[in-house]
Amino acid sequence: MSEANRSARREALAKRLRSVVDGPHVLSTNAELAPYECDGLAAYRVVPLLVVLPGSVEEVQAVLRICHEERAVVVARGAGTGLSGGALPHEDGVLLSLARLNRILAIDPDNGCARVQPGVRNLAISEAARPHGLYYAPDPSSQIACTIGGNVAENAGGVHCLKYGLTVNNLLAVDLVTVEGELITLGGSGLDGAGYDLLALATGSEGMLGVVVEVMVKLLPIPQRAQVALAAFTEVETAGQAVADIIAAGILPAGLEMMDNPSIRAAEDFVHAGYPTGAAAILLCEVDGGNEEVSEDIARVRQRLLDSGASEVRTASDDLERARFWAGRKAAFPAVGRISPDYYCMDGTIPRKHLPHVLREIARYSTDSGLRVANVFHAGDGNLHPLILYDANNPGELELAEEVGGRILELCVEVGGTITGEHGVGLEKINQMCAQFPPEELQMFHDIKAVFDEHGLLNPGKAIPTLNRCAEFGAMHVKAGDLRFPHLERF
Amino acid sequence: MTGNDASQSLCAQIRDAYEARRALRIEGNGSKAFYGRATTGESLDVTTHCGIVRYEPTELVVTARAGTPVADIEAALAEHGQMLAFEPPSFAAAATIGGAVASGLGGPRRPWGGAPRDLLLGTSLIDGQGRRLRFGGEVMKNVAGYDVSRLMAGALGTLGVLLEVSIKVLPAPAVERSLVLSLNRDRALHLMRELARQPAPLSAACHVEDRLYVRLSGNASSVAAWEKQIGGDGGAGSDFWRALRDHRLPFFDNPRPLWRLSLAPATPRLDCEHEVLTDWAGAQRWVYTRCAAAELRAEVAKSEGHAILFRHGNDEMSVFHPLDPVRARIHRGLKQRFDPAGILNPGRMYDEI
Repeated sequence: MSEANRSARREALAKRLRSVVDGPHVLSTNAELAPYECDGLAAYRVVPLLVVLPGSVEEVQAVLRICHEERAVVVARGAGTGLSGGALPHEDGVLLSLARLNRILAIDPDNGCARVQPGVRNLAISEAARPHGLYYAPDPSSQIACTIGGNVAENAGGVHCLKYGLTVNNLLAVDLVTVEGELITLGGSGLDGAGYDLLALATGSEGMLGVVVEVMVKLLPIPQRAQVALAAFTEVETAGQAVADIIAAGILPAGLEMMDNPSIRAAEDFVHAGYPTGAAAILLCEVDGGNEEVSEDIARVRQRLLDSGASEVRTASDDLERARFWAGRKAAFPAVGRISPDYYCMDGTIPRKHLPHVLREIARYSTDSGLRVANVFHAGDGNLHPLILYDANNPGELELAEEVGGRILELCVEVGGTITGEHGVGLEKINQMCAQFPPEELQMFHDIKAVFDEHGLLNPGKAIPTLNRCAEFGAMHVKAGDLRFPHLERF
Repeated sequence: MTGNDASQSLCAQIRDAYEARRALRIEGNGSKAFYGRATTGESLDVTTHCGIVRYEPTELVVTARAGTPVADIEAALAEHGQMLAFEPPSFAAAATIGGAVASGLGGPRRPWGGAPRDLLLGTSLIDGQGRRLRFGGEVMKNVAGYDVSRLMAGALGTLGVLLEVSIKVLPAPAVERSLVLSLNRDRALHLMRELARQPAPLSAACHVEDRLYVRLSGNASSVAAWEKQIGGDGGAGSDFWRALRDHRLPFFDNPRPLWRLSLAPATPRLDCEHEVLTDWAGAQRWVYTRCAAAELRAEVAKSEGHAILFRHGNDEMSVFHPLDPVRARIHRGLKQRFDPAGILNPGRMYDEI
C-alpha cells in the first residue's frame, strides 16, 4: 500500500471504528501508535495502521464485524509480553488491544473456578482467589504482567507444568469472537463441552482462529506447604541422571529446574542466592502438598539426589531461604541481561534423556559462532531456554544469534522434541516450523485456519508458514551460514 | 516391543474407500460400540495395529498403536509404578487405547487426573483421504502448530483414524484408601464441594443411593491424616471404583435411557434428575429421567452444561447436545477438511459429521 493510500485507508477505517468505540480509544496518530510497534520480542517492530481498545465484548464484536466487511487485518494483543512476536502488528492492519477488558467477573469457590476478562493479569487471578484458599496454577515467568487472554492464545506454561499442566489443562471455557464478529463459547461450566474439543484447538492458536473475550479458569486449593532442595553437580550428565532418578522414584515434583554454569554465575552475581558458582549444574527441586507429605517427599528427594551423585544438597530451612533459592532462577534472564548488552531467548523442548547431548551441541555452536550461551532448563518437562548472548551494536551479531538459535531449534526437532515449548511460534520461529512439520501437516493447519477465518484476516503471517516459504527456506538452508534476515520479505 | 504395524494396510483401505466414496465404520474391540449415533459402513478393523511402540518410564510418556488393549498398557506401566491418570473406562473386555482416546471419556479420577485430552501429547493418524499425518509429539510442552492431537480426543474417529497415541503417564500413588459415608444427595454434594476446595489428596468422589464414596490417593502420612479428618467407614475398596468406571454398579443395570450430564459441579439437583448417580465431585451426573429429552437438555443448558444420551436411546433421539449454528458450521468445516468425502464414521457424532 502506498503512503497516500495507507493514510486514506487509516482515516476511513478509523471513522468507522469510532462509530462503535469511543473516539479516544481508537488511536491513529504516529505518537499514539508507536508504543504498540512491538511485543516482548523487541527485535521486530512494525507500526500498525490503527490501534483500537474496545471496552466491552459487544464492542469487540462490532470492531470485528467492521474489519471483516472492510477485509482489514486484525492482530489481537494482551499485555504484549510474548517472546515470539505473536502480537507484532501488521502495517496495514488494526491492532486490537484487549487491555480495557480487565475485570475479574466472578470468583466461584464452590465450583472451583473464576470468570475473568482477557485483559486480567495472570497473577491477579491468584491474588483474587487467595482469600478462598484457591489459586490459578499456570505461572509463566511474566505472570505479574501477562494477561490471561494472551496465556490462552499462547497456551502459556511456567515452572509447575509437570505436576499442574499447561494453560490448556487449567481452562474450563473460553468465549471467542469469530472473525465475523459472532460470539461463541468453547468448553463449558462442567469439565467438558459438547462436540469437538474446540477449546483445545483454540488454546495456543496464537490469535489465528478468533479473539478471546472471556475465560473461565480452574482454581486449585493452595498446597499447605512447599519445600525446595538445591543440589550441585560437577557434571551436567550427572544432573540429568538425577532428574531421571527422581522421576523413577515415583516423585512428581511441583518444580524441577536446572541451570548450567554460565547461568549460575550470572544469577549469583546478580542476586547473591548463595549458589555454588563452581558447579557445572544445579538442580532446584520443589515438592508441595500436605505438611506430612512434603516432609516425607523432601527427605526422599534429598536422599535420591545424593545417591545420584550430587556434590552437595541443601534444603531450605525456612520460607526466606526457599525464596532465596528460587530468586536466582527467577532472575536468571535479567541476570544474563546484565552480563551482555543483548540476549536472545530460545524455547525448545526435548525428551529429557537427550539433555547432555543437546547441551554439548549447543556448546559447540557457541564455540563456532563465538557467542556465549547460558542455559536454563525446566528439567521436569524438558523445556530448554538457551540464552544466546550478543551485542546488537556489532553489525551482523543479531543475525548470527538468530542463526545459532535456529540451529538449536532444529537440533531439538532432531532429537524428537519441538521448536517451542511455551513461547509460541509467532513470527520468530516461523521458519523452524518447516523443520518441525512436513507439507501435508502444514497444509492441514492452513485448512483449519480457513474453517475459522476464510480470508486470513486474523494475525496473518504468524504461527504457520506458507508452503512456498518453507520451500524457499529449505532451498536456502542448504547453503547454511549465509542465512540472513529470515523474515517478512520472503513471505 | 512386540506388536504389529498395520498402518500401510489401513492407509490403503482408507484410500480405496475415499476413491470409491464408501463409508467406513472404525472398530476396535467394540467395548463402546453402543456410544454415539448409529453409523453404517464397512468395518475398518484397527485391532491388528497394536503394540507399545515406546515406553520410557523416566520420560513419563508411553507411545502405543491404537489397537493396543488398554489393559496391556496398564500392565506395562504398573511394572514401573506408573498409571494412565485418566482411568479409562472399558465397559467391556479388551478396550483399546485408540477407542479410549477417540471416545474422550475419563474415569472417576478425571477431575484430578485429567481426561484423555489432558494427557494426550501427540498422535499419528490417517485422514479421510488416506494420508498419514502426525501432530504433537512425546514432550509435555509443545505449542508448535494447532493442537490437532487434542482435537482428536472425543471426536469418535470422525476426523481421522488414530494410528498411534503418545500419552503422559504419572506415578501411581503409594497408598489409596476408600471411605464410605451415609449421606443424602444434597449433603453429600455439599461435602464433596467442601473437600474439593481443600488441599486433600482426593482422587474420586461419588454419591449413589444415599452413600458418599471418597477415594484418597497419595503418600501414607497424607492419606492417613485426611482419612481421620473425613471419617466414615473403610468399606469400599478398589472394586467399587472399577465397577463405577465400567458401569457395573447396580445403578447401571437398567434398560432405560441413561443420560450423562456435564455440569458445574456445585449445581443443585436439577428437576429432571429423577434417579441420579453423582460422580466427579458433582461435575458428572448419570441420570434416568421422566422428562422429555428436550426438557432435560433445556434445563442442563440453563446451567451452562451439556447432556449426552449415553446408552439405550432410540433412533429418534439425538445423542449429543445440539450445537449453536456457528459451532455447527465450524464442526462441518473441520469434518470437510479432515474427511472431505465424509467416509469416516459418518453421522456417529452429529448428522453430517
